[in-house]
Amino acid sequence: MNSVETKDLHLYYGDFHALKGITMGMKKNQVTAFIGPSGCGKSTYLRCFNRMNDLIDGVKIEGEIMIDGVDIYQKNIQVDDLRKHVGMVFQKPNPFPKSIFENVAYGLRVNGTKDKKFIEERVERSLKQAALWDEVKDKLKKSAFELSGGQQQRLCIARALAIEPSVLLMDEPTSALDPLSTAKTEELIHELKENYTIVIVTHNMQQAGRVSDYTAFFYLGELVEYGKTKTIFTNPKDQRTQNYITGRFG
Amino acid sequence: MAFANNTSTQNSKRLSQNVAFWIFRLLSFSVVAILVIILGFIIVRGISVISWEFLTQMPREGMTAGGIYPAIIGTLCLVVGSMLFAFPIGILSGIYINEYAKDSWFKRFVKMMTNNLAGIPSIVFGLFGMALFVNQFGFGDSILAGSLTLGLLALPVVIRTTEESLKAIDNSFRIGSLALGATKWQTTSRVVLPMAFPNIITGLILSIGRVSGETAPILFTVAAYFLPKLPNSIFDQVMALPYHLYVISTSGTNIEASRAMAYGTAFVLIMIVLLVNLLANWLRRYFSRKVKMN
Amino acid sequence: MKRYFHNLGEKIIEGLITISGTVTSITVLLIVFYLFKEGLGVFSQTPVAEGAVLAIHPQNPVKELSAAEVKEIFDQNITNWNQVGGPNAPIKLFEVDDITDYYTEEQIGPDFEYLPQRINELVSKDPNILAFFPDEYLAKDFAGKRLELDNISVSQFLGGRQWYPTIQPAVQMGVLSLILGTLWVSLGAIAIALPLGLATSIYLAEIANPKLRNFLKPVIELLAGIPSVVYGFFGLVVVVPLIQDVFGLPVGETALAGSIILGIMALPTIISVSEDALRTTPRAMKEASLALGASKWQTIYKVMIPYSISGISTAAILGIGRAIGETMAVLMVTGNASVIPSTFLEPVRTIPATIAAELGEAPQGGIHYQALFALGCILFLMTLAINLTVDMVSAKKKANR
Repeated sequence: MNSVETKDLHLYYGDFHALKGITMGMKKNQVTAFIGPSGCGKSTYLRCFNRMNDLIDGVKIEGEIMIDGVDIYQKNIQVDDLRKHVGMVFQKPNPFPKSIFENVAYGLRVNGTKDKKFIEERVERSLKQAALWDEVKDKLKKSAFELSGGQQQRLCIARALAIEPSVLLMDEPTSALDPLSTAKTEELIHELKENYTIVIVTHNMQQAGRVSDYTAFFYLGELVEYGKTKTIFTNPKDQRTQNYITGRFG
Repeated sequence: MAFANNTSTQNSKRLSQNVAFWIFRLLSFSVVAILVIILGFIIVRGISVISWEFLTQMPREGMTAGGIYPAIIGTLCLVVGSMLFAFPIGILSGIYINEYAKDSWFKRFVKMMTNNLAGIPSIVFGLFGMALFVNQFGFGDSILAGSLTLGLLALPVVIRTTEESLKAIDNSFRIGSLALGATKWQTTSRVVLPMAFPNIITGLILSIGRVSGETAPILFTVAAYFLPKLPNSIFDQVMALPYHLYVISTSGTNIEASRAMAYGTAFVLIMIVLLVNLLANWLRRYFSRKVKMN
Repeated sequence: MKRYFHNLGEKIIEGLITISGTVTSITVLLIVFYLFKEGLGVFSQTPVAEGAVLAIHPQNPVKELSAAEVKEIFDQNITNWNQVGGPNAPIKLFEVDDITDYYTEEQIGPDFEYLPQRINELVSKDPNILAFFPDEYLAKDFAGKRLELDNISVSQFLGGRQWYPTIQPAVQMGVLSLILGTLWVSLGAIAIALPLGLATSIYLAEIANPKLRNFLKPVIELLAGIPSVVYGFFGLVVVVPLIQDVFGLPVGETALAGSIILGIMALPTIISVSEDALRTTPRAMKEASLALGASKWQTIYKVMIPYSISGISTAAILGIGRAIGETMAVLMVTGNASVIPSTFLEPVRTIPATIAAELGEAPQGGIHYQALFALGCILFLMTLAINLTVDMVSAKKKANR
């Protein structure tokens, strides 16, 4: 079953045609990776799923995006509800200037949760899910900025998990991390897919190969090829895909 | 679906956002309203006073009739005098900070002092101008003393404008010029300054607006309460528009009778500010269009 | 040869530029020097008016009086010598005009030629007398005891509540009410300007669309360009009568009027500094908040405001600084009564307004003149403290990143 689906999706930045009619579906509880050279539209496409592109002036979107069966560009959809349902982890770790605890509790609080005990339990569970609990359980009141880069990124993952999204979007989540932290994060992605539908944008071919079940290759705003990761990497149908994965595009 | 329902917490969240944003919108527009009220009030009351006679005659009958000619001329003298002092020194000083000074404690000290000078209240400039120019140097209450005091006040503005404008010029232009064997001053005067010129001139024009409206620094250095003649030399006292407005609205011989004169004077001051701002905006646009066309 | 002149020219220009670079520093140092040179002079002056004598009976044990005590005595709030460390006896005041109560015109002489002698007699006769007269009437063989008043001390100057710089026989130079008046009006101004300015900066930075913003920005800049005397005039003809009517006051020239006008004048500073501060919030941080389902408003008050709080406080401090130093507008609308205000509906007097109103009448080099320079020193130190605070806040902000 498809958790995220788009039909003939076009996106324009002013006059620039950034996404050209993309139709694809991402399967529930699977990891889907988006690959392609810089500027191919993969991040832009990802940002459609939680309507993050709404924030940019002059963006126009045509086509249909369905998440768990609902058209998210319908008039009666409220973006903040949508974003609660579709979590996101960003390229660089971006914790708030608050304590570790408050970072994770933020999503609950802004969505109206007041029950202290509930929040505490949820923060603990999310930190455990993000494999960070053991490292921070004694310093929850400390500023999030005291953590290392890798820890900060896992904190951001915990923060996204705390509001129990069903879809988790990851925009190059390891590009700012050291190899050890990257390995930990990848391991985490693997564990998380049991409960979440994960879509990850990555620059790193090996990473896509390691973590994803499905891979989509984008080029100049078009979806060139999409299929099982193994197939894409070992037996791509399109010449452009082949060129890219063998390193001709860089 | 989970995100297609309108729960009550979501509704209250949205409500509080709408309320907050409307409050902000309202407060922001009230700021604009304040400006419109102030300008509108003075323009409406003042414009009927304005006439050729008002602008070109001496004040008469205890400043309740006649015009404000000597105050206009006085302010003009002070603006010109202070700019003759502040422009060259300020621009050179800005060049020093951005182009010549090495990154040392001295440069930081100079920048800090410039900042501090900008923060000193204008009445303190008045005190200083009185102690140094009027008394110590013996200039007396004169255009010279007033212009120097106002010039010092404008100096930090001119310096900062120059510095910011120079900072915006990409370093590659300097390196390019130096690489062709040009000296530092040739590079600065023929490459960097012409490029920074549009921004510098805009800032300078704005500082003229500021200087023409200042009152406190000229109170004890030049401004005359009532002097229905034009100055002959830089050692003469003059009337000035802002001080004239202060005098006829608070301590004139007949405050009620000179109200109309006060509205007219305020109108002229406002017009100077508006014209200076318009000119600066126009220049900014003119230069940016010119750069694009090149 | 040509090369030589070329280099020489370059050197001259470099020297000229360097000299210009030091002008501001020299100016600041000169300002400090002249302010303090004149201002500190007040502490080596006696509060008794120049050319005047205060004298008592030679046997009176009182050795010295403070300026405040002298004023209390002449205001007849102190009437017995035992209140100022003397014997239990009523104080008998004598001023030179009172001479006709004691002597006939013939005894004084048609040209007052016997006046010194008569005063001398009076002072040596009456053990309870306190006489105040010009020193031209001081007899050569004066038998009374001349009272020397202490110089004005720093603590009297800063802590004194009475500002009567020209009163006879002893001037009162207490600036506390002026300092408090300045702070009072400035804090009132910031209480008005901060909510308004902060709301506007949030609106400009986050809510308004770019078109509206491009319209509003120059409009607010214009607010900064209006001369302070025009603000004062507007306050005088509009705000003051309005306050008088609304609150049913005898006069509308109040601290409130000053705070309103100063608040308006501080708006552009507050708006532009806090808008810049809000804009420094990293985009990633805003997006993270929105991606968690926070509304735009929640993102503003839970993420952006805490993130830029040091910039916003800088804006508030700069606004206060602008208000503290403002002269003309305040002078025109606050009523200028040198009392410690208890409500916003009373007249107050600020330091800049005092200097502007009184310096014209103070004779150069006299105690009043010096006291006004001392007020200038206080004002300078206040604004310096504000500048340093701002520097510290922004330095701390840099260190935190």
